[in-house]
Amino acid sequence: MGRYFVVRAYSMALTLLGLTVLIFLMLRLIPGTVVEQMIGADAVVSPEMVAQLRHFFGLDQPWWVQYSRWLGGLVQGDLGTSWRTGKPVIRLILERLPVTVELTLLAVGWALALGIAAGIVSAVRRDRAVDNVVRVGALLGLSVPVFWQGTMLILFFSIYLRWMPPVVWVDFLTDPRRNLTIMLLPVLCLGTASAANIARTTRACMLDVLRSEYIRTAAAKGLSHRAVVLGHALKNALIPIVTVAGLQMGILLGGTVVVEEVFTLPGVGRLVLWSIYQRDYPLTQSTILFVAILFMAINLAVDVLYGYLDPRIRYGD
Amino acid sequence: MVVIGGLFALLIVAMALFAGSLAPSPPDEPDFDRIESAPRAAALFGTDRFGRDVLSRVIYGSRISLYVALVSVGTAMVAGGVLGLAGGYLGGAWDNVINRVMDVFFSIPGLLLAVGIAAMRGPGVNSAVIAIAIVYTPLFTRVMRAPVLAEREKDYVQAVRALGATRLAVALKHVLPNVMSPFVVQGTIAFSQAILIEASLSYLGLSAQPPTPSWGNMLNEGRTYLETAPWISVFPGIAIMVSVLAFNLIGDGLRDILDPNVQ
Repeated sequence: MGRYFVVRAYSMALTLLGLTVLIFLMLRLIPGTVVEQMIGADAVVSPEMVAQLRHFFGLDQPWWVQYSRWLGGLVQGDLGTSWRTGKPVIRLILERLPVTVELTLLAVGWALALGIAAGIVSAVRRDRAVDNVVRVGALLGLSVPVFWQGTMLILFFSIYLRWMPPVVWVDFLTDPRRNLTIMLLPVLCLGTASAANIARTTRACMLDVLRSEYIRTAAAKGLSHRAVVLGHALKNALIPIVTVAGLQMGILLGGTVVVEEVFTLPGVGRLVLWSIYQRDYPLTQSTILFVAILFMAINLAVDVLYGYLDPRIRYGD
Repeated sequence: MVVIGGLFALLIVAMALFAGSLAPSPPDEPDFDRIESAPRAAALFGTDRFGRDVLSRVIYGSRISLYVALVSVGTAMVAGGVLGLAGGYLGGAWDNVINRVMDVFFSIPGLLLAVGIAAMRGPGVNSAVIAIAIVYTPLFTRVMRAPVLAEREKDYVQAVRALGATRLAVALKHVLPNVMSPFVVQGTIAFSQAILIEASLSYLGLSAQPPTPSWGNMLNEGRTYLETAPWISVFPGIAIMVSVLAFNLIGDGLRDILDPNVQ
């Protein structure tokens, strides 16, 4: 296991280094810099002032000097300072991170609860009406665009139920009830496609497991149907489900960009978009890198959990 | 499933190809006498804030969705296919470098990468195409590479090599045809996902720009008129869902037919 982590850490470090180059170069390919963005299209500014601003932001330096400065900071744990707000990038990220993490976790929870329950029912009642409903529902869930679902939910709640979730953001610790009310629709939207994916995987794995000999033995021993399905079958079907759920978590992390925009939630996704539009290089660079590290950490956690659930999988042997 | 999906997909492709004859009116023709009028016989899907026919705009909108999905996924399949085949077949340093670069792209969530690239390039249909192509290239590289690795060790490959065939000929004529099934299935599924990503980019204002109608930007425009004219938002959404569903059904069906193990 120890060796596995060393190899994995080395590979992650290499990927991250590659990612820093990629993000850095991609940002420099965008036409226009923060200076043009600050001055605006109509303002009349002397070339001297433009040169001064470029010097101030270090844009007059060759790209490798700018890159090594950023990398040097990163190595020391310094993500840099946002050009447009003057605040440290890490502070801006940490201010918004709870929103994105809460959104992702609630969506994963919702997707797991709905997906596993629907998958089990569908497998146990194979080819009955409820199975068909789940299968069609899952296909629809995979096909519905997140933002349209959001719009339709808002329409449904506001026009037919005469209820609108609060608009002004409140964090969980200040007012948990209000916070969860705000999160309700975004979580429903974000989790739907994942629930559909998890339901399909759960159904397929449960069908596989339910056919096996040991399930027949368990049933023959006189165990109740519920104990056989939940205690014996589900436990063994969980391995692929965990993998899918882990992958879904990464996808959901990306999906938060759209959902945060649709529901105007102050999360990391909107911060990235805003920083790109503002040409705030340090903020964009470090925030994307931060999300990538989070994404990799989730993938690593899934692999470790995988080994725990299936003792036959031994890393590094 | 393939048949139902195929029928719907045909319908959508026909809609895009014959938009000019099918649409009751030009997509950007305003009619100020019937602003935001509800669906009725004269305008089946209703009209928008400029009195433009929503049905006509939905029909024309299919062109953007299909064009972006086709070009981006096609590009990603060619680029990913070549990289995967080269990496898997040649192995060694080539494979290592390709894998490392692909790992870098895999380290960012797909939608965030697409939004990032499109936002960096500036709004436009081509930005969406490039963004989606970049997101899917690593996926196709992997889907091609894995079976190629298994295939190149087989006896028939060694035999053809011993007969004097060049490495390029073996890779293209013998290995490639044997690893195409998962690649094609993935292509169909990626196509449906590309329609969704394009719609998301359009919705965020990063793909097709108004007045060119795209399903995503129609939804974005309709957001403001949700209470007074919900039909502006309802129909483009249904169009997206039906298209994605059609290609998902084809993908699922093809997977069942071509690879019974993955059911």
